[in-house]
Amino acid sequence: MPIKISAEFKIEYMQILDESGNVDASLDPKLTNDQLLEMYRQMLLARTFDRKCMNLQRQGRMFTYIPVEGQEACQIGSCFALEKSDWIVPAFRETAAYIARGMPIKTLSYYWMGSEKGNSAPKDVNAFPVSIPVGSQMLHAVGIGWAAKLKKHRTIALTFFGDGATSEGDFYEAINFAGVFKSQTIFLCQNNGWAISIPRSKQTATQTLAQKGIAAGIYSLQVDGMDILAVYKATKDAAERARKGEGATLIECLTYRLGPHSTSDDPKKYRNQEEADSWKKKDPVDRFKLYLQKKGIWNEALEQKLQTDADALVETGVKEAESDNVPKLEDMFDYVYAEMPLVLKEQYEELKQIESEKKAAGE
Amino acid sequence: MPVEKMNLVQAINSCLAQEMERDPNILLIGEDVGVDGGVFRVTDGLQAKFGPDRVVDSPLAESGIAGTAIGMAAYGMRPVIEMQFDGFAYFALHQLVLHAAKMRNRTRGRITIPLVVRAPFGGGIRALELHCEPIEISFINTPGIKVICPSNPYDAKGLLASALQEKDPVLFLEPKRLYRAFKDDVPTERFTVPIGEAKIAREGKDVTIISYGAMTRTCLNTADNIKSEIDCEVVDLRTLSPLDEKTILDSAKKTGRVVVVHEAPKSGGFGGELAALIAEKALMNLQAPIQRVTAPDVPTPLAKLEEFYIPDEFRISRAIRAAMKF
Repeated sequence: MPIKISAEFKIEYMQILDESGNVDASLDPKLTNDQLLEMYRQMLLARTFDRKCMNLQRQGRMFTYIPVEGQEACQIGSCFALEKSDWIVPAFRETAAYIARGMPIKTLSYYWMGSEKGNSAPKDVNAFPVSIPVGSQMLHAVGIGWAAKLKKHRTIALTFFGDGATSEGDFYEAINFAGVFKSQTIFLCQNNGWAISIPRSKQTATQTLAQKGIAAGIYSLQVDGMDILAVYKATKDAAERARKGEGATLIECLTYRLGPHSTSDDPKKYRNQEEADSWKKKDPVDRFKLYLQKKGIWNEALEQKLQTDADALVETGVKEAESDNVPKLEDMFDYVYAEMPLVLKEQYEELKQIESEKKAAGE
Repeated sequence: MPVEKMNLVQAINSCLAQEMERDPNILLIGEDVGVDGGVFRVTDGLQAKFGPDRVVDSPLAESGIAGTAIGMAAYGMRPVIEMQFDGFAYFALHQLVLHAAKMRNRTRGRITIPLVVRAPFGGGIRALELHCEPIEISFINTPGIKVICPSNPYDAKGLLASALQEKDPVLFLEPKRLYRAFKDDVPTERFTVPIGEAKIAREGKDVTIISYGAMTRTCLNTADNIKSEIDCEVVDLRTLSPLDEKTILDSAKKTGRVVVVHEAPKSGGFGGELAALIAEKALMNLQAPIQRVTAPDVPTPLAKLEEFYIPDEFRISRAIRAAMKF
């Protein structure tokens, strides 16, 4: 008997803006000038806040911070394709995504300043909290997208994760559930090449990460993650498919974190400078700026105005957070349950008493 | 209220059916819970009644079940998920401990997870290896999730109905060897038993026996068999977290002698917490050291050794007599 082919698959790769800022007209999502400039404004704001956080950490005004520099196109491009009622379910490097969804700088600052207030999105911002256990958050986006489908809502949940997370069991469970239940979910993989010190090549033997989605029966593709228009278009298409009931999509964005994994990390230990330099040439903010310039809607005066506005927003937000961040004992107890159980109430009263004795003893 | 004789399986099934009628956001998700009605048949007939979108046969992945249920709960659904056996709940431990239990606190109440996790619990049914794991302490030691373990069909129906109106995640442990062990008069209509309240399952004046789940039943039988000699009071905890300290302490103060009984291993088990609580708050009322009757610190054995592992009436009555000797 001749051997037959049971199934065949392919992974498409999409780039719309090249490194010189030239656009592929056939794929151009044709955003209005206002939309393009709003995207750019968000990119500048994210980068400004991100660099500010690195500085604040060095000054001891923030604790550990996880920088996003280099991955702005993945986060702002994808969020730009969402509607207000959609949800994002981030991992921990998603500062730009939170900004794109309208999370106040003050709230974001709280998180890195060590307060749970930073995980509490305002009522009109549909965002899950930072998720630290790698890969565990994707299932939540599957649940939201499945619930929305059952309730016949348009809502979509978009979840962010990295290349390392695709090695976690929860990733496979998430794409598998999404495939089976056709949940209204978008899996946005930011493949930045490194899971702390482990390169993509040691993470998995697969040719692409996108093909893992194929294994779960969901539409999957690869895009240039330094190209905001490609990320936007891939997400917009995925959202349309999900809203039409065609199920989830996995988008693998090829990107790079230009900085360290966290403020406690030194990338010199595991990767060489040439690699980082070569990716710097693909910088998503620079590339988008070139495009806007070629389109004739960017100039130095605009740049200065946007930068001044971003600086002011960041300064104000950080100041607001710093001026209202004195921890209160009850903050640790008040949100554990909807109503505080007696056992916990007693522990609270006891600790309160001890704290007041400590104060009286001058400690 | 009209009553009907129901075993534990029937009581839980009847509760789920009534709650699903009441609240359209409730849905059941688990392995084999739909067409098959669950491996213990607890959800039998519910898919036929409510359809496959509300009684969902899920892929075989416990973390996947728990994780998606967290997303659904955040989005306004009220999922009831089944862990097919207690031992398999470990696959979902990080979702339940790191996410479900902490979400309200981490987001200052912005996102809440009203999720019920059902799990057949405890040994004594000659099940396969690793199907009967004493998981309760992992969750009792996790703030943010409530832990319930009924000992009879009446409480099971009433407590599960309460759990399905909770604003926080609940782990609902169903003593699997009681599933079909006996029947109770259970109201056919909807009723609730409050979470966080222990019950004096038997009044007595000499010794307090504290237990939960299937062991409560063994304790009650022991108390009956020893009654001509010693008058035992049996406290059925029903809710393991948050704990009803008052009922425990009132009984301990009244009798002055306490025996704590559970199926889980001794060291680090819940019995130690109960003993510490009583020592902290009722030591001066005690007339004897607190006795613990538990499994030894060994892995849950296969079927043949189970009778050495699970505390029986003899071990419990021996501890009761030891408490009386002082």
